Parts: sequence; C-alpha cells; structure tokens
Amino acid sequence: MNGADFVAFSLTPLLIGSLAALACALPGNFLVLRRQALVGDAISHVVLPGIVLAFLVTGTISTWPMLLGSAAAAIVAVVLIEAIRRFGRIEPGAAMGVVFTAMFAAGVLALEQSDTSGVHLDVEHALFGNLESLIWLDATGWESLLDPAALAGLPPELFRISLVTLAVVAGLAVFWRPLAISTFDEGFAKTLGLPVRAIGLGIVIASALAAVAAFDAVGSIIVIAMFICPPAAARLMTNRLGVQVAWSAVFALIAAVLGFTLAGSGPAWFGSENAVSAAGMVGTVAGVILACAALFGPARN
Amino acid sequence: MLRDALTFQLGYNATLVTVAAVLLGIAAGVTGTFLFLRKRALVSDAIAHATLPGIGLAFIMLTLSGHDGRYLPGLLAGSALTAMSGLFAVQWLSSRTRLSEDAAIGAVLSAYFSFGIVLLTVIQTMSTGQQAGLESFLLGSTAGMLLTDAILIALGGLLVVALVFLFRRPMSLVSFDPGFASTSGVRLDRIDLTMMGLVLAVTVVGLKVVGLILVVALLIIPPVTARFWTNRVELVVLLAGAFGGIAAWLGAGLSASAPDLPTGPLIVLVSFCIFAISMAFAPRRGLLSSLVRHRRFQTGVHIRQGLLAMAQGQPIYEPLTIRLLRGRGLARADGMPTREGTVRAARALRDEKRWEIARATPELELAAARYDGRTQIEDVLTADQIAEIDRRIGPPEAVQ
Repeated sequence: MNGADFVAFSLTPLLIGSLAALACALPGNFLVLRRQALVGDAISHVVLPGIVLAFLVTGTISTWPMLLGSAAAAIVAVVLIEAIRRFGRIEPGAAMGVVFTAMFAAGVLALEQSDTSGVHLDVEHALFGNLESLIWLDATGWESLLDPAALAGLPPELFRISLVTLAVVAGLAVFWRPLAISTFDEGFAKTLGLPVRAIGLGIVIASALAAVAAFDAVGSIIVIAMFICPPAAARLMTNRLGVQVAWSAVFALIAAVLGFTLAGSGPAWFGSENAVSAAGMVGTVAGVILACAALFGPARN
Repeated sequence: MLRDALTFQLGYNATLVTVAAVLLGIAAGVTGTFLFLRKRALVSDAIAHATLPGIGLAFIMLTLSGHDGRYLPGLLAGSALTAMSGLFAVQWLSSRTRLSEDAAIGAVLSAYFSFGIVLLTVIQTMSTGQQAGLESFLLGSTAGMLLTDAILIALGGLLVVALVFLFRRPMSLVSFDPGFASTSGVRLDRIDLTMMGLVLAVTVVGLKVVGLILVVALLIIPPVTARFWTNRVELVVLLAGAFGGIAAWLGAGLSASAPDLPTGPLIVLVSFCIFAISMAFAPRRGLLSSLVRHRRFQTGVHIRQGLLAMAQGQPIYEPLTIRLLRGRGLARADGMPTREGTVRAARALRDEKRWEIARATPELELAAARYDGRTQIEDVLTADQIAEIDRRIGPPEAVQ
C-alpha cells in the first residue's frame, strides 16, 4: 500500500479507532476497579433506542440529535437502574439486566416499525459500526495533511472523537487524586470530605459520553470491548493505578491498530481478497491481549 | 387477529411457534430464578454472546463439508460449544485471576462477540451462493421458521423444565443459602455447574426465537418480577415460570397479529410490562405498598411527637403535625390540646418514659431495640415487666 492510499483509506479509520479505544479504555480503568465493568455494556445497549428516537423525531440521520438522543437514553437507563435497585431492592446486576434488555428491545421494535428504508440505520450497523467507511476522500498523500482544502474533507467523526478523548484525558488529569482515593478507599475519601457520590456519578457520565461519541464512530462492540478488556488486562500487569492506566492505553492502542490492520490485510495472507469486520477484529485482538495477560501477567493473582 | 393468535387459530405453523415460545419462556423463567437468587444474573449475558462464534464456526464447517450451513441442530450444537468455553473462561478469570466476576463477564462477552462478528463477515464473503442469514440469530426471527426447528425448540424447553424439576431441591438450597448447603453435604460446584448448564441450554434453545442479545431478558426479568410477590423460593420459581410463559405467549401472539412486529423484542417488552406492574403494585415489596407504609409511619411519628410536645407544654411548629393532630381531634388550630388530646398526650409521655427505663435496663435491652417512635411498649413487654418499670418511675407528679 503506498502513501497516498494509506492516507486516504487507512489513516483516518486508524486514528478514529485509536482515539475511540483510548476514550473508552481510560474511564474503563475506574469502572473495572469499582466493579461497575458492565456499565459500559449496559450503556452501549441503551444507545440504540436513543438513536432511533432521535431519528423518529427529526426524520434524518444527523449527528447532534442522535448524540442528544443517545445521551438522554443513557441517563434514563442509569436513573431506571438506580430506581429499581433502590426502591425495588433488586441486586444491581439483575436491575441492569432488566433495564438494558427492555430498552434495547424497545429500540429494535421502534426501528422495525419506522420506515428506515431510505436511510442507513439498522441494528447491525449500530452494533458493528462502520470503521472502514470513515475514509478521507480528499487526501492525495501525506502532503494533504498540510492542505486546508483537503483537511476540510476529513470525516467529522474524527473531530468529535478527538474532542471527547481530549475531554476524558483532561478530566482524568484534573481529578486524578480524588478519583484514585475514592476508587480505592471510599470511606477514607469520605472522611477527607470528597463528594464520593458525585465522583461515582461523574465516572459513569464520562463513560456514557465516551460510549456515545465512540459509538457514533465505531459501533457498540468496540465500545464494550475497550471499556473492559484493556483495563482488565492492565489490572493483571501491575498494582499501581498510574501504571495500570498507562498499560490500558497501550493495550487499547495496540488492539485498535493491530485489529484494523489484521482486518484489512489479514485475509489476504490466506488468499482471500475480502476484508473482515474491523470492529470485530479490534475486539478480538483486545480479547487475545487479555487472555495473554491472564496467563502471563506479573500481577495476575 | 390478536385474539386468533392468542387462541392458537392462526394456522399450524404460527401455533407451533407460539407453543415453542411459551415452553421456552417457562424454561427460562424457572432456570433464571436460581441464577438470579445466586446473584449471577449477568453471567447469562456472557454465555449468550459467546454463542455467536459457535454459530459461525458451525456454519463454516457444515458448508465446507458439503452440508446446508443453516441446519439448525448443527448451529445450536456449535453455539453450545463456544458458549460453554465462554462460561469456563468467565469462571477461570474470576477464580484464578484477581479480576472480579463482572469484569470477567464483560471481557468474555465482548471478545467472543467480536470474534463472532469477524466470522460472520468471513461467511459473507464465502461464495456459497446462498444467503447465510446468520444475522437472524442476533435478534431472533420466527418468520419462516421450519416445523422441525419449532419442534426442536419446544422439546428443548420441555427438557429444561423437566431437569429443573429434577434438581429443584439442591438448586433451591444452594441459591437460598450456599453456606448451609455446602455444610449439609451438597456439592456446591456441581450444583452450580448444573445450574449453568441449564442456563446454557435455555440460551441455545432461545437463540432462534429471541436472539442472543435479548435471550438474557427471558432469564432475568421474570425472576426479578416474581421476587416482588413472594419470599419463598419454590413460589418464586413457579411464578417466574408463569410470568415467562405468559410474556412469551402474549409476545408471540402480538407479533403474529401484524407485520413488522419482531417476536423477540415483543416478548421482552411484555415481560418488562409485567415487571413494571409488579414493581408498582405488588403487596409488601411493591412501590405503592411501600409508599403507604411510609406514609403511615410518618403520620404515626408526627402524632407521637406532637403529643409528647403537648404533654410537656412545648409549642408545636411543624404545620403537618398540627394538621394531623387536628384531623384526629387531638389539638386545636393554635396547637393547644383538646380534652382528648390531653389524655392521649399524658399516655404518650408515660409510654416514652417507660421506654427510657427499658433502654437503661440491661435485661430489657433487646426488647427496647424495637423502639421506633410509634410502637406502644404494651405491645413489646408483658404486664409484669411494665409494672416493674412503673415502680421505678415512681408515682405521678402533679402537673404544674
């Protein structure tokens, strides 16, 4: 593959995939440590009804209504789970299972009922995303990176996911100490006067934000895989939070880059011309990384 | 049309699909109960997602060996194998590494599902000349279901129900009190494995009807619903089976009554409606009865505190307290006690004083812990004990 092809067809999906992986893996560290790993799973399921609702209201596939719709759905889900857990006195896992399956079912039903024949909106697209299609048609080679006219043709998903990744990194940097303290020792955090509940809610909100933005770009399967696999693998490598977060970022980037490359050129090694799903391959690589960490990680026990 | 569907008048095939769905719903409800009571409801989510690579692998192997890749028993066997490996992966990750079970569930779920998607895209590019249609396993599809498939699903559901009946005692024991179960000689790991095997069977059988993303709803929602109605394990199992069956029956009927109504999501949504109604209106554990209980408690505490204040000649500032006392004819608008109010206030003060003594008496400590601001001490202690307390309080003093 020459430079021009690489920049046009692989650079932007690689960048978007890597940024999405980072945006999910970083908050995922705290979800895994706080035993809320499945929050990411739940959020990525409930995004579907939000998107369908936005489509039914506006009648078009446009970004902002969909982001708003999915964010609203995520909030409704979190509130419902909390209400069922507290008022129904149901254990959190089951409460989560009730809410996200019901909301996902509602999304599928609404999708089947509405006329989406004219637009590209279906369940499979929502699940697998379409990383391969986020190409940069205006690029003619590496020099396009300096060409304002070509830069204007970059896929808009790139800007959104960059923004969210930046926000996640900034949030992590600013709130590092309270995050770390309240994650490891909630009681101690309380005695320090830290707003423990607000911190917990903030982590969930940041995760929802990352999930929604990443979902828009790469589909829900990468989102779920990146929330859990890189942080879980990183957890098996070290006992120190800072090192763990760094490992998780490295694992997420490896999974994104290696997965995308394998999906695009892996089948050619077996004599097939057709690429396989990039989203699926990224998730698979993340799973393999976790398996290796579970077998050989220095802090696996 | 809906009535026809619900009374099995829509032709042989639709009827069979409904019957299969109902059996599946019952099987999922009763099996899910044990999973829910063991607090491991979401393990089923990992099992369900881990079926996808098995479906893909089975399809590829069937096609490569010259068979029809869509042969349902073959696909289900493949899905059972990878689901089993997914289940073992969850067990292994959560017992042998430091990862908690929820992280293990999420990791297995996403990695297996991702690999399944890779296989699906491989299958799409295989030139078999036919539409694989494996996507229907994601969300289920009863349209165009073969007769043999429906029979397979119905028999699978029946088998699971029979097995649950067989293992009901040890499974109830284990899910109710694992510690007691293991000291009384039940092999915990074996029963857990049986339970998970049954969950796996329900998942595999349910793939075709509700799909792998939603099959967990059949395992989770009916038991959670049933739990609102009773505290007894056997009853939770029976009710969960009934709720699961009803949801499947209504959902499949609704879905057959009009086009564009997918079966799986409808069954899940009907199930959720039954859940919502139960959470709102169930006796004791329902929201409405909790609310009523809370109001009653609040009223009781307000009246008690109001009476105590009046007995000690303190003014009452809380408007709600005055309103409640006036409503019962115990106080006037300015917060001063009526005749009846004076009597009740004196009684409340005496009761409060008796509680105070009881609290300070070591042998009455346990009983005194039942003080909640409205229980009368006569309901807790015997007349002899109260007489003893009264002796220690001494004779009534003159009211200034």
